[in-house]
Order: sequence, then C-alpha cells, then structure tokens
Amino acid sequence: MTDPGTDEAHQRRFDAMITAEERIEPRDWMPDAYRRTLIRQIAQHAHSEIIGMQPEGNWITRAPSLRRKAVLIAKVQDEAGHGLYLYSAAETLGVGRDELLDLLHQGRQRYSSIFNYPTVTWADVGAIGWLVDGAAITNQVPLCRCSYGPYARAMVRICKEESFHQRQGFDILYTLARGTDAQRRMAQESVDRWYWPSLMMFGPPDSESTHSEQSMAWNIKRFSNDELRQRFVDMIVPQAEALGLTLPDPALKWSAERGHYDFGTPDWDEFMQVLKGNGPCNRQRLEHRRTAHEEGAWVREAARAHAAKSRARQRAAA
Amino acid sequence: MSGRENGSVSAERDTALAAYTLRLGDDALVASHRLAELAARGPQLEEDVALANISLDLLGQARSLLTYAGSLEERLTGVLRTEDDLAYLRDEDQFANCRLVELPNTDFAYTVARQLLFSAYQFELYTALAGSADETLAGIAGKAVKEVAYHRDHASGWTVRLGDGTEESSERMAAALEAAWPYTAELFTSDAVFRSVAASGLGADPPDLRPAWDVFVDGVLAEAGLARPEVPPITGPAGMGGRQGVHTEAFGYLLAEMQHLHRSHPGAAW
Repeated sequence: MTDPGTDEAHQRRFDAMITAEERIEPRDWMPDAYRRTLIRQIAQHAHSEIIGMQPEGNWITRAPSLRRKAVLIAKVQDEAGHGLYLYSAAETLGVGRDELLDLLHQGRQRYSSIFNYPTVTWADVGAIGWLVDGAAITNQVPLCRCSYGPYARAMVRICKEESFHQRQGFDILYTLARGTDAQRRMAQESVDRWYWPSLMMFGPPDSESTHSEQSMAWNIKRFSNDELRQRFVDMIVPQAEALGLTLPDPALKWSAERGHYDFGTPDWDEFMQVLKGNGPCNRQRLEHRRTAHEEGAWVREAARAHAAKSRARQRAAA
Repeated sequence: MSGRENGSVSAERDTALAAYTLRLGDDALVASHRLAELAARGPQLEEDVALANISLDLLGQARSLLTYAGSLEERLTGVLRTEDDLAYLRDEDQFANCRLVELPNTDFAYTVARQLLFSAYQFELYTALAGSADETLAGIAGKAVKEVAYHRDHASGWTVRLGDGTEESSERMAAALEAAWPYTAELFTSDAVFRSVAASGLGADPPDLRPAWDVFVDGVLAEAGLARPEVPPITGPAGMGGRQGVHTEAFGYLLAEMQHLHRSHPGAAW
C-alpha cells in the first residue's frame, strides 16, 4: 500500500524538478504515467533502430563500391548500437529488452512507419540517409534536453552518429546527381518516393496528435510535430538545391511573411494505412525480425547453458 | 649478373607478390561479404554489432590488399586496376580466395566454424607477414593481426559456448565443423606462388602455418568438448581449388549479388 500523503509529496517534488528543468534519474520517484510514456517512446525508438537495419541492410551485399559498402556496414552497425543504448535506457525504467522485443514481435509496440517503405534502388540508401536520418535528427536533437536523464544522454551520442549518417546519405545522392543520366534519374526517383514519407515521420498534425500535450508538459517533447516538420522542410529545401534535385511538392515556396517555406499536406490517409499495418513492408519487416529472433533461440539458450555450467564448474572447483 | 637478368628476377618476384597479395585480398573480401550478409540477422543485438565489426575489419584488410595488388600489377603491366575493378569486374575463375571463406551461413554454427578456422589461419598468416621483407605487406599485416586476434577470440568463445551449451548446440557445432573441415587443407597447400614469396622473404609458405594453427584449434575444440573432425580434404579436379580459380557452386551466386549493380552501370562513379 502506498501512502497517499507521501505520493503527494513525491508528486510535488517531481513537478518542481520538471519546472526547474532538472533531470529525472532512474532512482527518483516519477508518476506512473510519466514512466509508461517514456517506456513507450524509448521502446518505439529502440525498435525503430533495429527494424531500420533491414531496409539499409538490404543493400549491403550489393553496394556498388567497397568504400560505400564499408560506410553502409558501419551505419547498420551503428543502428544496432543505438538499439542497445536505447534498450538499456528503457531498462532503467524497469522493463527488460526481452520483454520489449516480445511486445515488438507480437505487434503490440510500434516502430517508425518510415521503415515500412521498401528500398528498391541504391539511391534509396542515399535518400534514407539524407531525408530519413535528417528527419530523425530534427526530432532527436531536442530530445538531448529531455527530462529523463538516461534517455537524454543516449540521445546525445546517437545524434552525433546520426549527423554522420545524414552527411553520408547526402554524399551518395550528390555523387549520383553528378553521375550518368541513369544515376541522376535513380537519385531523383528515390527522392520523389521518400519526400512525403519523411514529412510524415513527425507524426500527425498538432490538431490530431494524441500524446503531444502531456509529453510537452513533462519536458519529454520540446516542440510540436508541426514545428519540427517546418524546421525539417526549411533545412532540406536548400540542401535539395545544392544536390541539384527537386522535391515533389508543388506547394513548396518561400514565404517572406512567415520566414519559412510553405509546403503541401502529406497524404494522411496513407500514413494511417501504413500505421495500421498495410504499408508495403509492414509484414515483411516484422516477419524478418521474428525469424532472426526464433532462429537465434538455440544460440541464446546455448550461451545461457554454458554460463550456468561454467559457474557450476567454478563452484565445484572452489 | 647482368641488368637484364636482374630485371627478370625482379619481374618474377613482383609477379608472385602480386598474385600472393591478390589471394590474401580475395580471402578477406569474400570472408567479409559472407559476414555482411548477416546484417540484422544475428541471434542477438550484440552479435549484430560484433559480426558487422568483424566484417568491417576484413573489408578494410581487403581494400588495402586489393589496392596494393593492383599497384603491383600496374608495375608489371602498366595498367592499373583499382580495388573496385578487382572486386567488381573479375569473373569467378579470376578470384583466388580459398573456398573455406565462401561457405554459406547455413546457421550460426556454420558461421562460427568458418570464422574459427579462418581467423586462426589468418592470425598465423599475419603474424608471419608482419615480418615480411615487403614493407607495405608488413604494415598491412601488423595492423590486421590485432584485429584478427579479436576475431579469433570471438569465434573461439562461441565455439566453446555452442560446444558446451546444450545438446542441440553441441550437435549443430559439430555438424558445422565437419562441413567446413574438408576445406581447411587448402589453407595449408603450397604452390609455386607461395614458394616463391616465401623464398624471397616476402610471404609465408602455408604449410609452415599449420602446426601453430593445429595447436590453437585443437585447444579450442578440447575446451568446447568437441572432437576434431575426421573427414578427408576435398579432392579434385586435378588438385585445383580456390587458389586456381575453381570455386564452390555457392560462390557464383555471391559474386552475382555483389557485382550486379556495379556492372549494370559501366564506368559510373559511386
């Protein structure tokens, strides 16, 4: 039984820490809803990292030069590493990696919908780096100031690596855009396919976002979906010009009045459909994850059995 | 000794060194590729990180070795082939890697068995090459031997875990070792190229690497509670194998996948 008087005191202290922009650490008291929100968000983020390994991993064995191949392997490896930090951050909230992976495999926790789109050309590796990682950075840089310490610290490290990835993606497209006609077409076609899904990565418009308000109050989220989307568009328009590629948005134009680019409305029906599981790769991505996990079960079991036997042998020898 | 004789001796030496370096580069390139196939397929996240790491090390070795092989070849022919020309524009029968590194990732135990046997070989090889009379090769090997020491530890650790773990894992590990073992003889088979680089102090003669390899592998198998497979080496045709460009059937598919995009855009830069 918890003492309601104590809980109230805890709540007051927690609220004061949030107001003072202090970091909440694993041993601090926190409201259950705050804990649940963070677990949901960090798990979704971790799952996105490991599911995100698939669309890019899809091109490792076909990378067109050894240099690009090395960069891509390193990138996919970084994503596995990000998954590890994030599952560890979630663990500080009392939920283990195995449990979260089970929820992912059962389809009870989400990952970023962007990874439900296929990588059908090499240029998609560039477009993912430039647009998808670019959108991810726009989302994640403010998370480095998130109120929950372990998450904020994980994000500092992740953002540094993501900015490398974005530059590498830009460099792939830059090279293609200055290559043969076929390479240039490949780059443009890819950007045409990834532009709208990357705008959707910031989530539904503010008017329809269900979790945003409370997350802002808790200093988990710092800017609204629409603010971040605007920031992203403002960043990529000049970059597209530098690439010599166009963005497939007829509404895109500079507004001197707002000091921002105006842009069109993503197809939110498509967004909802992909979110519900009807995107081009939803089933495939989860199936791939489940298969890797199930095929690895005997390996993990062997490692546990060996560890137990080693301990027993050590005890017997002692 | 006349200048002409000197020239022909040094051309012979360079020819052997170029062929030798290409063999080492191809070994590392193909071994890296097989591991890279496992991206996002590891039994746990830590293994995704570790396997990618090993794949990257091997790719780095391959790039240095292929670049060097290309420059040695240029001295002889006047035509430069870059690392990408060598990786992407040669056909199957022009690859000189051992067949062990081509073996597919049938299951995690197969990957571990291949890596154990190959990294133990590479460790002895690079240890010897770090003292090569060729400075470039010695430099590449000196750096690579540190990486390979970790690869060997990683594979040894898993061989022991799987061998000692459960009945299933022990059976799978034994089956994987038995499947890979016949391909190990090729690692230690000499020929004119190997003898030539060994005689001039540039490279190692493969049979010389075997005793230390045997001791190491036997030690790991003993710790893992696994028997050393008693299966004869692969024979034929006519004693030819990977070093002579005669590969396993699986290798053609590996190259088809690796090369298709590069070859679809002749002359393009990436």
